[in-house]
Amino acid sequence: MTDAHTAGPFIAAIDQGTTSSRCIVFDTDGRIVSVDQREHEQIFPKPGWVEHDAKEIWANVESVVAGAISKAGITSADVKAIGITNQRETTLMWDKNTGEPVHNAIVWQDTRTDALCKELGRNVGQDRFRRETGLPLASYFSGPKVRWLLDNVEGLRERAERGDILFGTMDSWVIWNLTGGVDGGVHVTDVTNASRTMLMNLHDMAWDERILHSMDIPAAVLPEIRSSAEVYGHAKEGVLAGVPVASALGDQQAALFGQTCFAEGEAKSTYGTGTFMLMNTGDKPVNSYNGLLTTVGYRIGDQKPVYALEGSIAVTGSLVQWMRDQMGLINSAAEIETLASSVEDNGGAYFVPAFSGLFAPYWRSDARGVIAGLTRYVTKAHIARAVLEATAWQTREITDAMTKDSGVELSALKVDGGMTSNNLLMQTLSDFLDAPVVRPMVAETTCLGAAYAAGLAVGYWPDTDALRANWRRAAEWTPRMPADQRDREYKSWLKAVERTMGWVEDEDEA
Amino acid sequence: MAKNIQSLERAAAMLRLLAGGERRLGLSDIASSLGLAKGTAHGILRTLQAEGFVEQDAASGRYQLGAELLRLGNSYLDIHELRARALVWTDDLARSSGESVYLGVLHQQGVLIVHHVFRPDESRQVLEVGAMHPLHSTALGKVLSAYDPVAHSEVVEVERKEFTPRTITALDDFESVLDLTRARGWAADVEETWDGVASVAAPIHDRRRMPVGAVGITGAVERVCKDGELRNDLIAAVRDCARAVSRDLGAGRF
Repeated sequence: MTDAHTAGPFIAAIDQGTTSSRCIVFDTDGRIVSVDQREHEQIFPKPGWVEHDAKEIWANVESVVAGAISKAGITSADVKAIGITNQRETTLMWDKNTGEPVHNAIVWQDTRTDALCKELGRNVGQDRFRRETGLPLASYFSGPKVRWLLDNVEGLRERAERGDILFGTMDSWVIWNLTGGVDGGVHVTDVTNASRTMLMNLHDMAWDERILHSMDIPAAVLPEIRSSAEVYGHAKEGVLAGVPVASALGDQQAALFGQTCFAEGEAKSTYGTGTFMLMNTGDKPVNSYNGLLTTVGYRIGDQKPVYALEGSIAVTGSLVQWMRDQMGLINSAAEIETLASSVEDNGGAYFVPAFSGLFAPYWRSDARGVIAGLTRYVTKAHIARAVLEATAWQTREITDAMTKDSGVELSALKVDGGMTSNNLLMQTLSDFLDAPVVRPMVAETTCLGAAYAAGLAVGYWPDTDALRANWRRAAEWTPRMPADQRDREYKSWLKAVERTMGWVEDEDEA
Repeated sequence: MAKNIQSLERAAAMLRLLAGGERRLGLSDIASSLGLAKGTAHGILRTLQAEGFVEQDAASGRYQLGAELLRLGNSYLDIHELRARALVWTDDLARSSGESVYLGVLHQQGVLIVHHVFRPDESRQVLEVGAMHPLHSTALGKVLSAYDPVAHSEVVEVERKEFTPRTITALDDFESVLDLTRARGWAADVEETWDGVASVAAPIHDRRRMPVGAVGITGAVERVCKDGELRNDLIAAVRDCARAVSRDLGAGRF
């Protein structure tokens, strides 16, 4: 996408994601200059376990950085800063003297700590640490994964207590390696990544000693918690040697930043395999009574931290993939729109894809998917429509929960991710939310957010207003559905959701 | 009945042999099953492979049916697939040109707008996906008429309405516009559809070099033109975008 008008200097953003690592070079307008990407292996040692080889990931990061710089036709002298964004919660421990991981990284989707989380809940249950961390005790988060490693890797606890072992999420691993590894690498994480460990207290942004004690994790392994936008160190080797490493943000927080949701009440929703919606709640952490997570949105240097409410939907794009791969009703994901557009409505059918239970705002692991409202009239096209509507209704449920928790009405939803190319879905979303849905011009908001934070840290951009000025509307969908129809259909959706619950009776199956 | 062409019969037999489930066969199995010399079988397989009807597994050297066969049965490009592939490139075109971007395909006797990117300024704009534009007067329509024979036959038959004094309606004149379009690889519309509005468009091809759509920018004539001519940098940006989308659809470099 290079063009002759793009002039330096530039910011390089590294996105260490769940399936691949990417590096994107941006210019001052926030336009993409070059991209390089490499996938890494997904390791499934047992059902429910997911691991990554951290050495492979680091090698890929080095390679995509070199690739993107070379494609842009620039050198380290043209790059003002490096920003990092990463898959959140994925947990790694390594030996600080050798740089060798002690085990594969345990990926966020990995459910091996389910039983441990139940045990850690004791008599209180999954909300035991919610007041401090904003999170329920669930297998996604890093703390229990660290504990699992300490318990299961032979001799690790002793080495950790001796101070030879470092823990980090993927931001820490990338920054430590970038800044020299065994030769002076800095061991840090940012507030957004730390807020997903279940070990950080949201109120003072420090590791919580009581929780560390409860989880039996030695403080010696923990990285220093820093802001999301400051210079942590400088790249030691490689094509970017000498360039400041100046930001780190978990991927969803980076997208919030890239969408320039800097004001309280602004929200973004990223539509991929699953969907993650975050709403900026300003300088106060808002407790959720409606099944959302409270998390750190970002912190720029020594400014006050900005908090966010987060709601996630497990199955959105993956439902379309399921229609393609398991049902064979479409040949490509994009064709769902063609099929769904061949009818005027859902024909009365509702599809609740509770494939592994219901997530926010219900959190019911005993639920399973249903297609409700079937009659002989219903065709595969109606089901395709119900598939798209499922994503829109689930978003509506999350925004309702956010409004209840925060007291702020959603004025417009900023969207990104692969599914935003689906025009019918975006229109349906606007109809169901009764709010405008807006797509920005740069779809790569995750990398852009990391670049923005790094650029702010080194003065490449003066302030967040300059970033807002870069934001461009590529498309906007406005509601066209009559209110009574929306209310009627929402009621039917909620009835369908009810019918998913209590399907699994045996606790072990759930 | 005339004698059939032997090599085509043999090729058909090979495809039948490889059909059904995930069958992979080595060269000698194929040759012996069909009673052919290895050299003959190899020659036919190589041709089928070049056409995409057969694929060879790099590791085992065995042959299997190719993806092209599936495409034959389902050959038209889904417009939503086209939009998904074009998304990144059209965003970039809007950014670099500062104008709104439209992606159109032939639908009945007109251009169906399947994707629209807003002009990157703060102005209020309405999404025009689903709108129909005329074939004979718009840049998108001229590109489709010049490259797609189906569009051409439609535009010849359709009533070519005069929207502005600049609209070209006479068939001879229109045909020479299409000749020019093919010669330079892009088409323009300077106040031929709407007063004060100019646009530039270029063709998108798929991997078989079939014209599947057109992409272009549209804006105020004062911005899009300079000294009475379309701006060269805008033409280049539109053509770059069309090439990028075509490459994403599998078309070779051109």
